[in-house]
Amino acid sequence: MAILLTSQSRVIVQGMTGNQGRFHTGQMVAYGTQVVGGVSPGKGGQTVDGVPVFDTVREAVASTQADASIVFVPAPFAKDAAFEAMENGIRLLVMIPEHIPVQDAIAIVTRARDLGVVVIGPNTFGIISPGQHTKMGIMPNHIYKPGPVGVVARSGTLSYEIAFSLTNAGLGQTTVVGMGGDPVVGQTFMSVLEEFKTDPDTHAIVMVGEIGGSAEEEAAEHIKALGKPVVAYLAGRAAPPGKRMGHAGAIIERGRGTLESKEKALIAAGAQVVTMPWQVAEAVSKVLH
Amino acid sequence: MKQYEYLAKQTLASYGIPIPPGKVVDTPEQARKAVEEIGPVALKAQVLVGGRGKAGGIRFASTPSEAGQLTQQMIGMDLKGYTVERLYAEAKLDIDQELYISVTTDRNTKEPLVMASRAGGMEIEDVSDDQIVRRYVDPRVGVEPYFGREMASALGLNGTIFKEFADLVVKLYRIYQQKDAELVEINPLTVVHGHLVAADARLNIDDSALFRHPEVERIEEGSELERKVHEIGLAYVELDGDIAVMANGAGMAMATLDAIQYFGGRPANFLDAGGGASVEPTAQALGVLVSMQPKVIFVNIFGGITRCDDVARAILQVKQTVGIPVPLVVRLVGTNEAEGVKLLADAGIAAYSEMAEAAEQAVKLAGEGR
Repeated sequence: MAILLTSQSRVIVQGMTGNQGRFHTGQMVAYGTQVVGGVSPGKGGQTVDGVPVFDTVREAVASTQADASIVFVPAPFAKDAAFEAMENGIRLLVMIPEHIPVQDAIAIVTRARDLGVVVIGPNTFGIISPGQHTKMGIMPNHIYKPGPVGVVARSGTLSYEIAFSLTNAGLGQTTVVGMGGDPVVGQTFMSVLEEFKTDPDTHAIVMVGEIGGSAEEEAAEHIKALGKPVVAYLAGRAAPPGKRMGHAGAIIERGRGTLESKEKALIAAGAQVVTMPWQVAEAVSKVLH
Repeated sequence: MKQYEYLAKQTLASYGIPIPPGKVVDTPEQARKAVEEIGPVALKAQVLVGGRGKAGGIRFASTPSEAGQLTQQMIGMDLKGYTVERLYAEAKLDIDQELYISVTTDRNTKEPLVMASRAGGMEIEDVSDDQIVRRYVDPRVGVEPYFGREMASALGLNGTIFKEFADLVVKLYRIYQQKDAELVEINPLTVVHGHLVAADARLNIDDSALFRHPEVERIEEGSELERKVHEIGLAYVELDGDIAVMANGAGMAMATLDAIQYFGGRPANFLDAGGGASVEPTAQALGVLVSMQPKVIFVNIFGGITRCDDVARAILQVKQTVGIPVPLVVRLVGTNEAEGVKLLADAGIAAYSEMAEAAEQAVKLAGEGR
């Protein structure tokens, strides 16, 4: 199986007729995702890669029974798009855009909690379930393969690097989840670990973290009760305090969010912590055998 | 984006929070005038770092001539790496008590968090937990006056200060929300002659929300080079080593610095060329690295959305135009890898496929390492 996203998911693309939306619709369709519709206000009636475009999420859901949506609209309009999706019955929402105001993200995740919507992102590469031939995101299609490893990451390219190294080592993936690089995002390491815990096909979990916040420390508590081995790699050892390392969320603020405190908590919880990305595959191999 | 103290205080004042009278000054003459108008002042360096007081960034002047002399000394001084360009001359306060209050976003609960303490004046990290009152805000409800009264009560305040504090919590939350603040903090929040006055303030605005705040003054932070790279739209942080680094994606860029350090080298910078950058921005980014005159340049690319042939073209473009006068180590894998590697090979540049090997080589060429 997989977590959160399966071959049964019926996906719409909000912002489908923009450059990014158009390109990634093609990529998602090519991977096997059931993309059933798109939404672009004023563009209803058009098609992209044979997929019908609607003016509103309401119409799209009514005629396609979509239950998942991936948002590509520019950041200032992302809150509107997210609420439009949630209020019209979407239950899995992937928010790709970067630079969404934190206040908007708070409003989105608060509403999502009330409605039971799973939000992935914002500022994420998305989610992919290789065994289900389904993805909602902007990740390259060829670097994944089906297998027993669950991956949860904050960062895109770094997770590609690690997923590809797993694939090359013969270690496929159930689902790879990108939580997003912003300070406020829909998921936590904890919530994703809980999903992997109940997935019978996930036998080991890789956490790809980084400096900033305390999501890794919070997750450490759960690792003890997970019953599945966890390999963790965290980036940002060389980062100076007070500087944003690209991601709005990757910053050591007033002594909080350092790598040392995260690794210490993870090691204490029994996770295998490696210090360099190229050490992940070997560590996973060991815990699986 | 951090705001200078005097700007943060203007915002507080516009929401009805009491601040001491003050004036921005950048010449001795202005400082003398300020004292003539306000009386004895604290001259506070306007820089974007905490801990100014200990570093000599706050001085007191009782007379106009004293203020003039101190201003002469303070303008241009270096404070924790920042040059002091202007001072805030603020009425010296007769302080009875110092409190602390802030509103920020808690990343784990994904909710606004109001923190207050009767132990004001020091960094909140140095205050013991039992002296801090923490209250989360339900974003659906916001902060109504009762919320402020409950906090005032939890702090054990009473009388006039109780009422003023409760009122201030509401106003501060309004600033947090309406100004898209990451942090709004008053520390110390002082009691002067029986009333609350904001003696120091911090206001950090969410960069992502600046588009809806044309009224907020834009403050440029960082070195000249950092500003230049930010202008071309890339994330860049200056470090103190000598191996210049470019990678695609924030996580990869961080991991690349870690790898250099792992092999005993010292990275000169953090540069995220973007997760899907094309030829032109990549070439621009590389041009910046060349201008830094590092010992070695290390380019680490995992081509997902980024295409390796585009990266190779960017490298060749820089090589043929401005030139790359220092050793260059390229690690290139992923989408269109074969084309990219061939383009580089034709120009006499060998590309690595393993990140570890490439990082080790970069460190070796810099004459560092274990």
